[in-house]
Amino acid sequence: MSSSSGAVGHIPLAVRSAAPAAGLLSGSGRSHQSLVTFTDVRVVDPAGGRDGAANVIIEGDRVASVGRESRGLRIDASGLVLAPGLVDLHVHLREPGGEDAETVASGTTAAAAGGFTAVCPMANTQPVADHAGVIEQVLRLAREAAMCDVYPVGAITRGLAGAELGELGAMAAVGVRCFSDDGHPVQSAHVMRQALAYARTWDAIICNHAEERTLTGDAQMHEGIQSDLLGLTGWPREAEELMVARDLILARGLGARIHVPHVSTAETVALIRAAKARGTRVTAEATPHHFTLTDQQVASYDPVYKVNPPLRVKTDVEAVRAGLADGTIDAIATDHAPHPPEDKEREWSAAPCGMLGLETALAVTITELVRPGVLTLPDAIAALSTRPARSRDIVGHGGPIAEGTPANLVLFDPEERWTVDPGRSHSRSRNTPFAGRELWGRVHHTLLRGRFTVRDGESVTPGDDDEIGDA
Amino acid sequence: MMTQDQIALDERPAGAGLSHLLDVDALGADQITAILDAARTFQQLAARPIKKVPTLRGRTVCNLFFEDSTRTRVSFEIAAKRLSADVLNFSAKGSSVSKGESLKDTALTLQAMGVDAIVVRHHAAGAPHQLTRWVDAHVLNAGDGRHQHPTQALLDLFTIREHFGQLDGLHVAVIGDVLHSRVARSLVQGLRTMSAGVTVVGPPTLLPLAVGQWDVDVSHDLDPVLGKADVVYLLRVQHERMSEQFIPSVREYARLWGMDGRRLRRLSEHAVIMHPGPMNRGVELTADVADAPNALIARQVANGVAVRMSCLYLMLGGERA
Repeated sequence: MSSSSGAVGHIPLAVRSAAPAAGLLSGSGRSHQSLVTFTDVRVVDPAGGRDGAANVIIEGDRVASVGRESRGLRIDASGLVLAPGLVDLHVHLREPGGEDAETVASGTTAAAAGGFTAVCPMANTQPVADHAGVIEQVLRLAREAAMCDVYPVGAITRGLAGAELGELGAMAAVGVRCFSDDGHPVQSAHVMRQALAYARTWDAIICNHAEERTLTGDAQMHEGIQSDLLGLTGWPREAEELMVARDLILARGLGARIHVPHVSTAETVALIRAAKARGTRVTAEATPHHFTLTDQQVASYDPVYKVNPPLRVKTDVEAVRAGLADGTIDAIATDHAPHPPEDKEREWSAAPCGMLGLETALAVTITELVRPGVLTLPDAIAALSTRPARSRDIVGHGGPIAEGTPANLVLFDPEERWTVDPGRSHSRSRNTPFAGRELWGRVHHTLLRGRFTVRDGESVTPGDDDEIGDA
Repeated sequence: MMTQDQIALDERPAGAGLSHLLDVDALGADQITAILDAARTFQQLAARPIKKVPTLRGRTVCNLFFEDSTRTRVSFEIAAKRLSADVLNFSAKGSSVSKGESLKDTALTLQAMGVDAIVVRHHAAGAPHQLTRWVDAHVLNAGDGRHQHPTQALLDLFTIREHFGQLDGLHVAVIGDVLHSRVARSLVQGLRTMSAGVTVVGPPTLLPLAVGQWDVDVSHDLDPVLGKADVVYLLRVQHERMSEQFIPSVREYARLWGMDGRRLRRLSEHAVIMHPGPMNRGVELTADVADAPNALIARQVANGVAVRMSCLYLMLGGERA
């Protein structure tokens, strides 16, 4: 959060191009402003310091008031939590190039179903988002789908090859705030140092997939007793920790902003904690699968559990949870990585890494962190919305929820149980590691600038009849 | 003249039936004993002029080999044929696999053809496990990546028991590239299940990182282990391990962890030498060790057929065809 200062001036372009103001009734072409009140709802708004019951009035694309009055259509929201829409710093929407796995439209629909109003897709598309053209294409596709705001991440190096810097300036000019070769670590310390330095021009963020590749040659899973027993080549923790340590040292020396994605080991958490204490401008994220699942899952040899970084062991899971609890890890991000069934239903060593995450992140967080008391519900919302938005200079998301702010909101029932059914996913892919799990916490409504993208648990695309005032 | 064997074999020991044979870890001591006992019956059969019994008549066994292995495939083929099963050999080369067919589609094709058992050798660890999710046929793992090679371990246990009369209380030194060895994983588990002690020996680069949690003794030095070993089991060292910086040279490996005549003389009198083959003479062992009277290497190969017959029989025998 502390690292977001001074960058705000660069942002509005991204927000405008990603998401033009779209009022509640824009789909119908009506000119009047709609009006709806969610009555008796628990408002959890970390940015505004609020956790309590209120009526929340939405007028057009904005929050009109948070208080006791009610106007327009009244929707009884007692028992529900109203929070700022969730913000995912790390997704793969696969378009352009991987449309068999996901499209911007399907991925943002899945995002909305999971309560997200903003997502940051990674650059490893085909072609790679290493120049402004691909960024603009993704922004246009997102604008057309209008299900979730999209803040594309640009590549650090051309073709993700780790050798030559991409044109960060051209991408920054169309609103990119964060650069990453995600999936491909920047191996060269020199290239990494130059990227961190060059990005300072825009006070932009460098996010490096931390994996020292000389240690992970044919790695298939976490290295340990489980990899011994299963006969799969191990991915040592040190491969992540060495590169995180290097990047933290480089970023500190330059005063540059660094973001550590998908933290998976206890030592990585400790390195980030120490760096923050020293004033390094670092933010970090952890995925629901890394704070929930372990390498024990791999015994099934079902590649749905194959992911990079790999599922670790219980002590790592606990350290990641502790890092979320004490704020060392700023954000919960999904690393939503769709793969079609024919790619996942292969031999373990031939299957690609990655798991779906958008539609289960909130419920897994509630089930695994809030209910056991690791995080309070406001802390969970801070990790899923407020802090990720701040850490990436995203305005209009993450709260506060107050008069005049954009109505980017999620309403969910934290006590409602549901069972994960991959067949019902809005993603084009089915590779969720939580299939069949019973989870607590179900999204009822998601609003993007006042328009329902999810209503009563059902997706609402802009073409659908969304005239809630007439309901 | 087969009548007696026929009667004995049709009375399959209760509870010893296997639905699949994927890894040795899943086998209890009584199951291993049942496999070894049945193998002894089949071994006697091999000494007779007519080596065939009708036990699996009408059943179809498919050898599905994604990795070249003439020795193991032939051993399985003989085993199935001596049990009168119909055998079909499906190798990845020149098949639909080389045209890009997935493992799952290959499995579903075999399923549709009504195969009763699939003997699978695959370069990917876990492939046999995955097959069990896709087909109803029994799956027998004939080696998957560096994961498991259960029939090799069982024939080794059979050979050791045949020689010593028991497994309980013996001490086995397993020497060499444990990290990359499916044989070592299977054998160590089988030995521990049968209450034999194990010391794994090799440089730390060739031992799994978590070997300390394996319920075995670990030594990086071979010489102190020699005196207490009843069995010295040498693993194959592949030459590419040098280029991958596991060992600096074959010469250095042979000097530090190879069995030669000098080390042979330091073994106790009753100790035996084993090797899963194929051997690298001059690396894991010198020629005089390989050909020493206490080397059981040829016995291992001979026992392979009987043990594989036993496994197929315990999976398929007695079921209604």
